[in-house]
Amino acid sequence: MDGVKENYWENKLSEFREASGKKGDLVGKWRKDVLEPWNSRTKYEDREYSNSSNIKIDEIYTSEDLRNNFEDKYLGLPGSYPFTRGIYPNMYRGKLWTMRMFSGFGTPEDTNRRLKYLIEHGESGLSIAFDMPTLYGYDCDNKRADGEVGRCGVNVSSLRDMEDILSGIDLGEVSTSMTINAPAAVLTAMYIAVAKKQGVPLDRISGTVQADILKEYIAQKEWIYPPEAHLRLIRDMMVYCTKNVPKWNYISISGYHIREAGSSAAQELAFTLADGFHYVDMGIEAGLDPAEFAPRLSFFFNSSINFFEEIAKLRAARRIWATVLREKYGVRNERSLYLRFHTQTSGYTLTWQQPLNNIVRTTIEAMAAVLGGTQSLHTNSYDEAWALPSEQAVKVALRTQQIIAEETGIPDTIDPLGGSYYVEWLTDRMEEEAFKYFSEIEKMGGILQAVKTGYIQKEIAATSYRRQIRIEQGKEVMVGVNKYVENNEKPINILRISRKAQKSQISKLLSVKQERDEKKVKEALSELDNALRNPEENSMPYIISAVESYATLEEISNVGRNVFGGWKEPILV
Amino acid sequence: MDGKNLSLFKDKPIKVLLAKPGIDGHDRGVLVLAKAFRDAGMEVLYAGLLPTPEEVVDTAINEDVDVIALSLLNGAHLTVFRKISELLKKRGIDDIAVVGGGTIPDGDKPKLEKLGITGNYGPGTPLSTIVDHITARASEARSRKMQ
Repeated sequence: MDGVKENYWENKLSEFREASGKKGDLVGKWRKDVLEPWNSRTKYEDREYSNSSNIKIDEIYTSEDLRNNFEDKYLGLPGSYPFTRGIYPNMYRGKLWTMRMFSGFGTPEDTNRRLKYLIEHGESGLSIAFDMPTLYGYDCDNKRADGEVGRCGVNVSSLRDMEDILSGIDLGEVSTSMTINAPAAVLTAMYIAVAKKQGVPLDRISGTVQADILKEYIAQKEWIYPPEAHLRLIRDMMVYCTKNVPKWNYISISGYHIREAGSSAAQELAFTLADGFHYVDMGIEAGLDPAEFAPRLSFFFNSSINFFEEIAKLRAARRIWATVLREKYGVRNERSLYLRFHTQTSGYTLTWQQPLNNIVRTTIEAMAAVLGGTQSLHTNSYDEAWALPSEQAVKVALRTQQIIAEETGIPDTIDPLGGSYYVEWLTDRMEEEAFKYFSEIEKMGGILQAVKTGYIQKEIAATSYRRQIRIEQGKEVMVGVNKYVENNEKPINILRISRKAQKSQISKLLSVKQERDEKKVKEALSELDNALRNPEENSMPYIISAVESYATLEEISNVGRNVFGGWKEPILV
Repeated sequence: MDGKNLSLFKDKPIKVLLAKPGIDGHDRGVLVLAKAFRDAGMEVLYAGLLPTPEEVVDTAINEDVDVIALSLLNGAHLTVFRKISELLKKRGIDDIAVVGGGTIPDGDKPKLEKLGITGNYGPGTPLSTIVDHITARASEARSRKMQ
């Protein structure tokens, strides 16, 4: 069995070599007899086409491009292994994707109002963005937080803020996604504490925290401690929630930020799933059964502008996850093989120039996400290259999803592009590129090692630079940026965040500190300190006690800073 | 400085310190710029993630750079860029140019210009525009260094 494991990725790659279809007689003859005479008569000179993953794209695909036994072995039917066509048998006929718009800004009260506004307009799931100080575990009154409180999301410095964000919202009725990573355990603890105060039993609350710390070191760069320390805290949360909060999805394994940091679609796919396999290994090591905890892991992908490449990537992701969990990890229960994912349209493709064009880009990207079988979707607003979205722009973005869902007929048929020679061939190529990276990463000693040495980050930076140069050279077009440029761009109305948020947060924090029982805070923090020093101890109950004593986010994070220290990334430039 | 050394100094590559002086990890742009500046023949230092304004100014002075190039995408540019220009002023430094970039609303640009922070380029700016601007600002800074 060990021998099989060692060569697993290479074995998978050989499947592609043995079975990969080659263009043969059919297209060969057509090119000679039809295409080339046409091209020469019309004086057309063909050039090379490729996508973000640097995969060369032909002018036509036929059955010759598909693998042997393709339909039975690699395609299957919806709700059936290997889930290329979708994880549910009836897909969007049974249930549309969740329209989940990420929001959060200013004070907890501002965000509470925005969440209620979205609920009134038919949004079916909440999603909360946090500001930079919160993401890095600093309170609003820290010197480093000056100017950043409430800017990129809502500020949470203590349990009081979480209470205010969720005020008047029944936690037994909504599902909440919180985009939080380094302090994920603390924010989860706060959510649990609010549920307890509302009297909602923990087995009824549902939601997702991102808690994908590996992609922080890869892409988003928001960490507090060294990787091993964060991984331990995530392990503790996994173990605690598996037992106590069964509807809590404790890791949302994210390719979104990897892509935004400049990767190709294939790199996004490969690095994200490699992170996912690391979390599976971690759960197994902590004594959990992958069949039980794998369904609590979900994914978060980017949908960018190369339409078919994105669809192929999403289909490949589902197939890889199911195949590897079954073949390598021996998971037999079919439901545990589902790769469920959230998608967000690309922020990078939005242009500052001629911002209304962004509505069109977002629409195409949203369609790719739906055709790729997403479970939930965030559509970006057209003004996001300028600032945080205004209310009007958010509404257009939500309406875009509603139009796709209810006017276009796109969701009526499951995986409507399944069987397209091009899409199937491209799905194979994306999968193959991912397996090449898995093999490479394993040779380096695993994803943690590949991240700590900076290998992954450098791969992404190289791709991003290559793309930028191609744009500068006009080889890739961005409408309004390097083609069809207009001078005298008119400014648009954007959302402005006042500094009031910072002032009111600081004064609220002050009153929280005055009202709380200092002795309780000290005790809770010192017990947490002890727990963190013992790697065998589960830290989660101690974090919940600390939160409930109204110890602040920064005070709790400082306990970790003392125990674990900080982290400097490898030199990348 | 005598004439000979002066010409040596003139020929030295432009030295740029790239920094994201806030709690903001979005480093795609800054890493692209680092490569582009290097390809344009500049000497590039990168302050890493999360430097404080004090650290940025210390590094700039210790390394005797020509230009500090700041990038922020988190909306805190008015607060943080201002701090850097104030710190330089306080320490009597006038031969280091400061340029900025990121998601900076038009309305904020004149405020930054007033502080001597120029460029303030947004998304979609051609690399050549940024390189040219840095080159121009660096030569101003050089001429002040030689006074």
